[in-house]
Amino acid sequence: MAGVRFWREFDTRYRMLATRCSQCGLVYFPPRTVCRKCRRRSVGKMEKVPLPPQGTVLSYTVVHQGLKGFDAQVPYVMAIIEFEGGVTVLGQVVDCDPEDVAIGMEVKPVFRRVREEGEAGVIHYGYKFAPPCFPVCVDESLASPE
Amino acid sequence: MREVAIVGAAMTKFGELWDRSLRDIGLESGMLVLMDAGMETEDVEALFLGNMSAGRFIQQEHIGALIADHAGLADRGIPATRVEAGGATGSLALRQAYLTVASGAHDVVMVGGAEKMTDVSDRDAEETMSFAADQEWEVFFGATLASLYAMMARRHMHDHGTTPEQLAHVAVKNHAHGSGNPKAQCRNKLTVERVLGAGRVAEPLGVLDCSPISDGGAAVVLTTLERAKEITDEPVIIRGSAQASDTLALHDRWSITSQRATRLAVQGALSQAGKELADMDLMEVNDGFTIAEIIALEDLGLAEPGQGGRLAEEGVTALGGDMPVNTSGGLKARGNPPGATGIAQIVEIYDQLKGRAEGRQVADARVGLAHNVGGTGATVAVHILEVA
Ligand SMILES: [Zn+2]
Repeated sequence: MAGVRFWREFDTRYRMLATRCSQCGLVYFPPRTVCRKCRRRSVGKMEKVPLPPQGTVLSYTVVHQGLKGFDAQVPYVMAIIEFEGGVTVLGQVVDCDPEDVAIGMEVKPVFRRVREEGEAGVIHYGYKFAPPCFPVCVDESLASPE
Repeated sequence: MREVAIVGAAMTKFGELWDRSLRDIGLESGMLVLMDAGMETEDVEALFLGNMSAGRFIQQEHIGALIADHAGLADRGIPATRVEAGGATGSLALRQAYLTVASGAHDVVMVGGAEKMTDVSDRDAEETMSFAADQEWEVFFGATLASLYAMMARRHMHDHGTTPEQLAHVAVKNHAHGSGNPKAQCRNKLTVERVLGAGRVAEPLGVLDCSPISDGGAAVVLTTLERAKEITDEPVIIRGSAQASDTLALHDRWSITSQRATRLAVQGALSQAGKELADMDLMEVNDGFTIAEIIALEDLGLAEPGQGGRLAEEGVTALGGDMPVNTSGGLKARGNPPGATGIAQIVEIYDQLKGRAEGRQVADARVGLAHNVGGTGATVAVHILEVA
């Protein structure tokens, strides 16, 4: 993935900024510029907001046959995390034994290396999720980007 | 809108066709279908071609013109249009052709679907398949297509008590069906134990829960019902054709254990056809992963939400059961070259309605349904065919 394409998403991948529709209150992550429900009425009325600091695992899987750029991480846990207000985000769950991941488990976002882009490429960083009890992930700055 | 009928249907063998190029596969599908329809190249007024990703698989775009050229249609200059919608590519090509004939724009239209996946490594092929999911917010973070369906499966098990054995029964059934289909890629029979014991891809899905990487092509010829009656006493009529969309990313859906686009598409197709699901004699549905067939059958209305796991387990969807599903072997055993899959489903229904599905014929089949899914459910098309 080219550098510029990655750079465009910094606010979302590094700071986890979401948008909220000021018409109906729905929150979107990744951010949307038009609300799925309010459509035209929401244009220009979407506010940038931080994601809630903690979410729960809606579903998960342990990936044994991963994509290129993830060889060093196999087996890794992919999950869909549900945040307060119903926003759902996909990402890896780390800093725990894959065996211990379960639906309903609480997790917090952490900042990590996501993938490598081969010999000439840049290393991509972004969010993953980890159990809140794990010491390295107690990083409030990620949850409160402002 | 005019009534539209299918007057010919054919496919190449699906599999790892090392000695064949995309051009070869496209040409063979086109020749076979014209022979089946008893038509000449000169009869065809337009071509729609389903191809998901030749740009990634063989570094070739502009596939409509390529296939028209090699099928001998280029000198006549007929319009050739490529259609793409991930795994739903084939059925969307069919729908475009259907609308073209129904509208009166053309009287005879050929629809092909073709994909050549094995010119790249298995890993590159899997990666390309994952591009039908959301590149920025799913694939970037390490999600494969299998991992997304695995998350649907995990949640389905959690909410409804669906078991790994029930998933395995889908693979066992579809391989049993595929063993009777000479065009199928996988003709070996499986056992539940073997499916459960196979290497894990993304838990709870193993290698034998996933459809294979395939090369292959399929084609049908459409014309007006009026013209079809001049060709055959038993035309196969497209009674319903509907298509629906949902969010590209799985996590943006209101539910991850149900595909809303399937519900919308089947409602649309049934109401157009003036039929109920119970009127179907057989169905070809998306089983790219075993969980996909279970969810599809719930959304199509064959089972209550959460109860789809019982269907294969109890033999309801097997040949000889109340509602045979994927008699061709499905994506799982027939094979899944994404551009061709949606057309191959139509070929199977056509062969069944014509009573020529040797080795796997559903007795007295009159009406059939085909359900084709792109990605994790962002595009779904449903077609209903009936033999007159
Ligand atoms: Zn809104």
